[in-house]
Formats: sequence, structure tokens, C-alpha cells
Amino acid sequence: MKRYWLLIGLWIAAPALAADGKDILEQQCASCHALRGPAAQTVAELWQRKGPDLFYAGIKYKRDWLESWLIKPQRLRPAGYLYFQHIKPGDKQDVPDTQTLTPHPALAASDAKAASDALLELKPPALSALVTAGDFKGGDISLSSGEMVFDKFNGCLACHQIEHDFGGLSGPEVYTGAKRMQEDYLVSFIRNPQAWNPKIPMPNKHTAEPNIQKIVQYLVALARGAADEK
Amino acid sequence: MKSNSLLFLLALVSSTVSATSAEDNYKTYCWQCHGMQGNGAGVNVGDMSVQPRDHTSAKAMGGRSDADLFKVIKEGGLAIDKSVLMPPWGATLSDDEIHELVKYLRKLCQCG
Ligand code: HEC
Ligand code: HEC
Ligand code: HEC
Repeated sequence: MKRYWLLIGLWIAAPALAADGKDILEQQCASCHALRGPAAQTVAELWQRKGPDLFYAGIKYKRDWLESWLIKPQRLRPAGYLYFQHIKPGDKQDVPDTQTLTPHPALAASDAKAASDALLELKPPALSALVTAGDFKGGDISLSSGEMVFDKFNGCLACHQIEHDFGGLSGPEVYTGAKRMQEDYLVSFIRNPQAWNPKIPMPNKHTAEPNIQKIVQYLVALARGAADEK
Repeated sequence: MKSNSLLFLLALVSSTVSATSAEDNYKTYCWQCHGMQGNGAGVNVGDMSVQPRDHTSAKAMGGRSDADLFKVIKEGGLAIDKSVLMPPWGATLSDDEIHELVKYLRKLCQCG
């Protein structure tokens, strides 16, 4: 009951387009995604999640990516979300149980636009405070030096693919990461993943500040390459 | 007074209930590399340059003291001159949870 009143309230208060977007989120997305904080504070809470949190979407995503992905969603986590609910023992090692992985719901172009508008408004102040505009200083790095920092020095490759079919499977692919996520968010997230999401299976590797910059430079270079290939 | 101590009791009970077991922590954080069976054959190992330790092997695990195991889980492989691929979990798990994990590892390897 309460929720309906809230929805009606929002509908009256907000301009037509934005209200549509919020309706879409509440009706088609809220069953799997948290649209309100806080993030899971315990492992038990995390296990209840059916998709990544979206309540700070406005701080995290790039608009172009968001809108086009919602029209044509493609898998980001090779072993699904949460990885430990979608794996099984294989011949030599555990493998993704692909039968348990379902395609993500897709939206029509106009709905994708409205949903993106509504998502990009989600910027809880406490988390916005973790990101400083211009925290990513820019700059170039070669793919080979970038890979050194990402893999050899920091061990990120263990859980993340840097190209299709190369790298770890439990985390989201990172070769499209800089198309998907804002650079300043990436800096903040890598600096302290637990500040965003205390119980996710990604550790805080205490990456040195200059290496965080190099890693984000690398992700930007990778995304450029991934775009060239398509 | 009475209601205060009741509140205290309630807080105590609920905090024990929400503490995560070593088994659940192992599944959430360690399976990805050390495997569903703890045998070192996790879903990530395909392209890893150093293979995760087989936690079920008494031979591979028996040589380590509990203090070493605690240290490597909390601070990562580099802290005991091992691979950077073994991550530090000190920002994710409490010291108590790590102590419980050490006990859990001892059960897996049936050593020590
Ligand atoms: C049946 C559950 C389900 C529903 C319903 C659902 N999602 Fe998802 N969503 C997921 C899962 C699972 C993932 C992770 C996909 C992956 O990593 O490949 C995901 C991923 C995403 C991502 C990328 C998250 C990230 O950063 O990795 C966005 C954005 C997203 N969903 C938006 C939406 C929107 C908008 C809706 C409603 C129109 C929606 N989702 C409905 C389950 C769902
Ligand atoms: C033990 C596995 C593991 C390691 C090691 C790891 N990650 Fe992750 N990472 C994950 C998982 C799992 C997620 C997805 C969390 C989620 O779905 O909510 C993730 C998410 C991310 C994201 C996306 C953030 C988001 O909000 O979607 C980035 C960027 C990232 N990791 C970068 C790195 C970098 C850089 C390193 C090395 C310093 C690293 N990761 C090391 C497991 C790992
Ligand atoms: C990103 C992959 C990865 C994850 C996740 C991971 N480990 Fe490891 N672990 C490794 C690797 C690789 C080694 C082997 C290091 C070496 O031999 O240099 C290792 C070694 C170990 C060792 C043996 C250290 C020694 O030499 O005696 C212990 C104990 C251990 N891990 C515990 C854990 C626990 C507990 C977790 C979960 C909280 C965990 N690991 C999660 C990759 C991982």
C-alpha cells in the first residue's frame, strides 16, 4: 500500500518523463536490484542480492553505455552474479554453470532512455563524498606496461578478464570497464571497494596511489582497444 | 534499568546471529580461487600464473603455523613472501572471522 502512495506522489511531483523512468525501475528492476542503500552489510544480506546494487548509479555509470546496454544487454560477469551461486566442479577446475545464467531483460529504446535518466539521478550524498571530480588525472600508458601493473604488481587479472577469454571469471570483465564506468568512480572504487560495498568478493589490495592512476589509464586504453575491435 | 539490560541482551543475541560462519566466508571469498572443494581448482585458475594452494593437502598446509595462516589471510601472499595473487582480506573480514577461517583450514587439511 505505502509504495503505491509513494509512486503516486512521485508521479504528481516529477515531470512526466522522469516519472516514467522511476516507474520502470520500481516495476521492472527493483525485484533484482537495490535502488536504495545501504549496500549489503553482512554476507547473509549479500547472498539475498539478485543483481548488483544500482542505488549509486548516477555516480558510477556513463550515460552512453547505460542506455545502449539496457537496449542490448551483454554478460559482464562470466560466472554470473553472485559467482558462487553459478559454478560447478569441472574436469580440471570449477566452471561456470552456464545453464543457470539467464539473459538480462532488455528495454525498448524509449524506456532505456527514461530508465537511464532515472538511474543517473541516483547519487546518495554519503557516497558522492567518496568521489572527487578530477581524481583521475588522465595520461597514457601502453597496454604492456598497464598489464604489468594490473597483473604482476597487483594481481587483478586473477579475477578479471582483460580480453574476451583471458583472465579470471569471478569478477566483471574489465576490458569494457572504462566505457561502462566514470573514471573518477573507478579511482575511488579501486582505492577502497569496501567503502562502496563492504561484503563483495573483491578484496582491498591497498593499491598504491600512483598505481591506481596507472590502472585506470590502462582500463581507458583497453576500452579504446575493445571499441576499435567492434 | 530492566529494559536497558534487555536491550543489551537483544543486541548480544542479534550480533551472534549475524556473525558469518567460516564456511560461508570461505564460500563467498575463497572458492573463486581455492575451489568449491578447497582443492585449489577454483573457477579463476585457468589463467593464473601461480596456482592457489590445495587446502585439502596435509603436505601443502602442514608446514604453516596458525599465526602464519592468520597473517597470509589478513595481509595477503606478499606478507609471507608468497604470490601477490593471494589477496589480503583484512578490509573484508574481522580478526575473529579470520581466526575461525584458520580453524576451518585445519579441518580441510586435517593437519595441525
Ligand atoms: C531477474 C533479475 C534482474 C532484473 C529484473 C534486472 N536485472 Fe539488471 N542485472 C541483473 C544481473 C544478474 C546483473 C549482472 C549481469 C552480469 O554481470 O552479466 C545485472 C546487471 C545490470 C547492470 C550492470 C551492473 C554492473 O555494474 O555490473 C545494470 C545497469 C542493470 N542490470 C540495470 C537493470 C535495469 C535498469 C533493470 C530494469 C529495467 C534491470 N537491470 C532488471 C539482474 C536483473
Ligand atoms: C578475488 C577476486 C578479485 C580481485 C583479486 C580483484 N577483483 Fe575487482 N572485482 C571482483 C568482483 C567479484 C567484482 C564485482 C563486485 C560486484 O559485482 O558487486 C569486482 C569489481 C571490480 C570493478 C567494477 C566495480 C563495479 O562497481 O562494478 C573494478 C573496476 C575492479 N573490480 C577492478 C579491480 C582491480 C583494479 C583489481 C586489482 C587491484 C581487482 N579488481 C582485483 C573481484 C576481484
Ligand atoms: C585471487 C585468488 C585467491 C583468492 C580469492 C584466495 N586465494 Fe589464497 N592463495 C592464492 C594463491 C595463488 C596462493 C598461492 C600463493 C603462493 O604459493 O605463492 C594462495 C595461498 C593461500 C594459502 C597458503 C599460504 C602458504 O603459502 O602457506 C592460504 C592459507 C590461503 N591462500 C588462504 C585463503 C583464504 C582463507 C581465502 C579466502 C578468504 C583465500 N586464500 C582466497 C589465491 C587466492
